Amino acid sequence: MKDDIILRVIAKLTMPFMVLFAVYVQFHGDFGPGGGFQAGVIAAAAIVFYAIIFGLAAGQRLVPEWLVEKMLAAGVLLYAGVGVAGLLLGGNYLDYFVLAHDPVHGQHRGIFWVEAGVGLTVAGVMLKVFYMFAGRGRIDEEEGA
Amino acid sequence: MSQIAAHYSYWITIFLMVAGMYILIARGNLMKKLVGLATLQTSVYLLYIAPGKLIGGTAPIVAEGFATYSNPLPHVLILTAIVVGVATLALGLAIVVRIREAYGSIEEDEILALDRDAADPAD
Amino acid sequence: MAVVVVAMASQRNLFGVVVLFGIYSFLMATVLVALDAVDVAMTEAAVGAGVSTVLLLGALYLTGGQEVKPLHRPYFPLVLSLAVGGALAYGTWDLPAFSDPLAPIHTHVAPRYLNEGPKETGVPNVVTAVLASYRGYDTLGETVVVFTAGAGVIALLRRRKQKHGKK
Repeated sequence: MKDDIILRVIAKLTMPFMVLFAVYVQFHGDFGPGGGFQAGVIAAAAIVFYAIIFGLAAGQRLVPEWLVEKMLAAGVLLYAGVGVAGLLLGGNYLDYFVLAHDPVHGQHRGIFWVEAGVGLTVAGVMLKVFYMFAGRGRIDEEEGA
Repeated sequence: MSQIAAHYSYWITIFLMVAGMYILIARGNLMKKLVGLATLQTSVYLLYIAPGKLIGGTAPIVAEGFATYSNPLPHVLILTAIVVGVATLALGLAIVVRIREAYGSIEEDEILALDRDAADPAD
Repeated sequence: MAVVVVAMASQRNLFGVVVLFGIYSFLMATVLVALDAVDVAMTEAAVGAGVSTVLLLGALYLTGGQEVKPLHRPYFPLVLSLAVGGALAYGTWDLPAFSDPLAPIHTHVAPRYLNEGPKETGVPNVVTAVLASYRGYDTLGETVVVFTAGAGVIALLRRRKQKHGKK
């Protein structure tokens, strides 16, 4: 598909907007629809789009496998870490009120980091599953080659 | 008569659910079963969100100028359910791919026949 | 949507089934917007019509088979499905009417979240506030579920570096 000029141009034009939209949805989730899940899926969809048009190798050069695997785990650790931070600062597990000088600011901070963790993990999982499926290759083709 | 109009949303949801269930149990192809399962899950989202809607309300984002909001609690549950559903689908598809590589087919009848032949002490 | 599902059930070509599933997801997302569930509609559109369809297509490419074999006798599943549908419809007869403001789900917990949520958390989007703050523990569990699914797919589909096929 990378030989088709229309697809290449459209992909290069729209990919930055897709990634920007994903970041917008992630951070604007407090004021409009959005949040971690949607942002993660949209970001993964942008990379999948790139990989479909330009080939899996180009996609894996853009977002390498080790990065995706780290993202998977980092998101969950970030979420759990916010909970532990609540414990260390004197509140309950996942208590946001103690995270800042003011309960409402603490909530803001807690929600921000928690949504970031969720977005990371969701994007990582979607991308990793796509890489696994796309990189496998059919069994009968392998035996012939 | 107004009873029927009031419950219409439930019945269309039940029809979608039952259709998804039918695809799941009546078809032998594993991929189609998975699609039926995904349809069943999607119709359950409708089952939860339809009762939360208030006619004349708006999306549950508190803003100036709006008085009634639709119920936000089902939205929260269904957000989680959607992501869990896609996780299930991904795992199910991975299992189907492995089954295909191990048995050479994704039809339930053929796989059961292969299993029965392998279990027979015929050789 | 009912038409799409019936078409999905009777279609033999698996590629057509996957495309119909994408159409079904899009229609569901539209219906969800009409029901004021904007967060859910965005997630359903992105996940159902985007990622799910891509994964199904990927798996379809890997499993190869395009056609479904004709089935034997679908009478028992049909009767069973109709029986379950009838039982569910009978159960919903007593449920509150559509969009009844006095229904129990609108009168106990929801007004508290709608009124106190923005004040306590400072976040106008009540769905995000409930998801990340009031019910944050459930969201942690869900993130772990997604992570487990990813780990499971990695465990199932990882290939060793040898060139002789599956391990």
